[in-house]
Amino acid sequence: MAWVLFIALAVVTLGGGLAVVATRNVVHAALALLVSLVAVAGVYLLVYAEFLALVQVLIYGGAIVIVLVFAIMLTRSAEYPRTSDNRQWPLAAVAALGLLAVLVPAFLINAVQDTEAKNAAFTGIAQSLFTTWAVPFEIASLVLLVALIGAIIIARSGPGEN
Amino acid sequence: MNAHDLYVVSPYLAMAGAAALVIILDLFLPVSGRGGRGRGLLPYAAFLLLAGPFVLSLIQFYDLGDAANLVRGGDAGSDGAEASILLGSLSVDRFALFFNFLVTGAAALVVLASTEYVRLMPRFQGEYFGLLLFSATGMMLLAAATELITIYVALELTTLPLAALGAFLLNGRSSEAGIKFLIIGAISSALMLYGMALVFGFTGSTQLSDISSAVARAGGGGAFGNYALLVGLVLLVAGFGFKISAAPFQMWVPDVYEGAPTPVVAFLSVASKAAGFAVLLRVMFTGFFDVSLDWAVLMAALAAASMTIGNVVAIAQSNIRRLFGYSTIAHAGYLLVGVAAGVGTAQSGPETPVFASIGPDSVLFYLGAYTAANLTAFFAIAAIGQRVGGDRISDYAGLVTRSPGLAIILALALIALIGVPPTGIFIAKLYVFTAAVDSGLAWLAIVGVVNSAVSAYYYVRIIRVMFLGQPPAIYQDGGARSARSAAPWAAMGLAAAALVFMGVAPGFVMGAAGAAVRALGV
Repeated sequence: MAWVLFIALAVVTLGGGLAVVATRNVVHAALALLVSLVAVAGVYLLVYAEFLALVQVLIYGGAIVIVLVFAIMLTRSAEYPRTSDNRQWPLAAVAALGLLAVLVPAFLINAVQDTEAKNAAFTGIAQSLFTTWAVPFEIASLVLLVALIGAIIIARSGPGEN
Repeated sequence: MNAHDLYVVSPYLAMAGAAALVIILDLFLPVSGRGGRGRGLLPYAAFLLLAGPFVLSLIQFYDLGDAANLVRGGDAGSDGAEASILLGSLSVDRFALFFNFLVTGAAALVVLASTEYVRLMPRFQGEYFGLLLFSATGMMLLAAATELITIYVALELTTLPLAALGAFLLNGRSSEAGIKFLIIGAISSALMLYGMALVFGFTGSTQLSDISSAVARAGGGGAFGNYALLVGLVLLVAGFGFKISAAPFQMWVPDVYEGAPTPVVAFLSVASKAAGFAVLLRVMFTGFFDVSLDWAVLMAALAAASMTIGNVVAIAQSNIRRLFGYSTIAHAGYLLVGVAAGVGTAQSGPETPVFASIGPDSVLFYLGAYTAANLTAFFAIAAIGQRVGGDRISDYAGLVTRSPGLAIILALALIALIGVPPTGIFIAKLYVFTAAVDSGLAWLAIVGVVNSAVSAYYYVRIIRVMFLGQPPAIYQDGGARSARSAAPWAAMGLAAAALVFMGVAPGFVMGAAGAAVRALGV
């Protein structure tokens, strides 16, 4: 049963990914990305990582795709052809397939270490976030602060604006 | 979290606190008159605030004593207290403290040197220094991080502010520098994260000590038995390669060096590189030493490629910043020679790697000397750029008649970068190449020496232009000539003094480097 679901989700994920690359319309590509990302959330549910699935839908499905669509909308795209096509795609295809050829054997040759911690409960995640992972968690908050400051500087320093 | 934990992380808190304070202070300083005289105090405030992380690191340095690590609950220095929550994420040892001093020192000099430069900026001066110090916080954390996720977020904290600072001038070249740094940094982070995911998947841990024991279990016989781990390691090295600007991950360097504000380039070229090497040394030697015979070859190849590409392409450059961009790629190569030389071969057989501490020792010493030399050079370039109004080497013609002090200081830095005594880099190169020969990498040492000879060509060319070239009849007005202060000269003088000091009395830094490398605990 899990296998059937996994195959279905994998097909949707890969199909979405292919559509992102293949479609010539940038907005369509963004929407195809949404399909792919939500299907990944399904894969997370399949391995009992419901928190991750939730975050995946919220952040990737929600925030990131919406930001992408906004960016396309606000960057005067009418002045430019709205296609995501360029002459470097054969090179990109070779690079992507090459990477695939290097990475896939990694999972075929070696066995993944089975770490336990299946079905991590929300409380468990919250607890470990503030104990085991306190240091990276706090550094991440600094990273967000820096990103905010940097964005403000770049966005608000147009010439002649006060 | 208890009081001791707070004490252990206090240098990092002090650095981040200084960054936030400078930004807040900017709001309260009066904008009196044109040019903002009140704001002129900001760099000095930032400089003084840097005393916080420096003094706290100094206290920790003396407090450390014989203990390996200040974090409680580890194998050493454990006195029955409960394990700290920092355990596993951070290791505040002599290695981390070495980089605390290096980064704090470099940041202090860059802040001083920026006093003249920030006057050109109409706004966001507080944010300029704040971002600089936030980046320094990331670098210090990077040197102390012993766990992959901490390493990743610390790396982001290091690079994100530098991308914003690169675009700070908001002209075409500066924006290009910022966006290139951001996008290529993001791609390298993605590669590195994929590598980390593979390493986690096949060792079951993100902590370097656990990875080390998993690797020891898996990689029996010395050969790299685990293909997935090999791919993960290569991806990790690719990610780090971007940060240390080693070939073939160097394409962003010349553009960023050309477009970003000069003091930012100075900071980027030394502190960011030092932090990159810190994390490379810690991950490779603490996490993956048992398969070191395999990655030492990789490091040697990267070293040879970086040295050759950097030096050969630098010859053709006509812009001094681009030239220094390629020069820094070449120096990443010399430094990687030292990393590769950390893996010696045992007498008993070629199958078992032996830790040759002289390799990492020489890398740390080289980083110290290179920091001093490159900061001197870039401070001089910033000052000269404001006077002659350009960055082409032809603009430097006859500089000695106009600004003899700057010409002599830049010449000193250039001579140092070739590796001529009595400067620190001479000792550093000697040290690195000796380490390479000791570890059976004589060919790499020869490549390095040949490359040093090639590099002399383009470094000496600048000196020749400055001292023998015909000065132009009419100087372009570089602007900002009215506002000169002593601070950039102080920064230049201190960096040059450190450079010469490491050349004539290398023992002090060598001793510190040796103690730092012992803390890696290979």
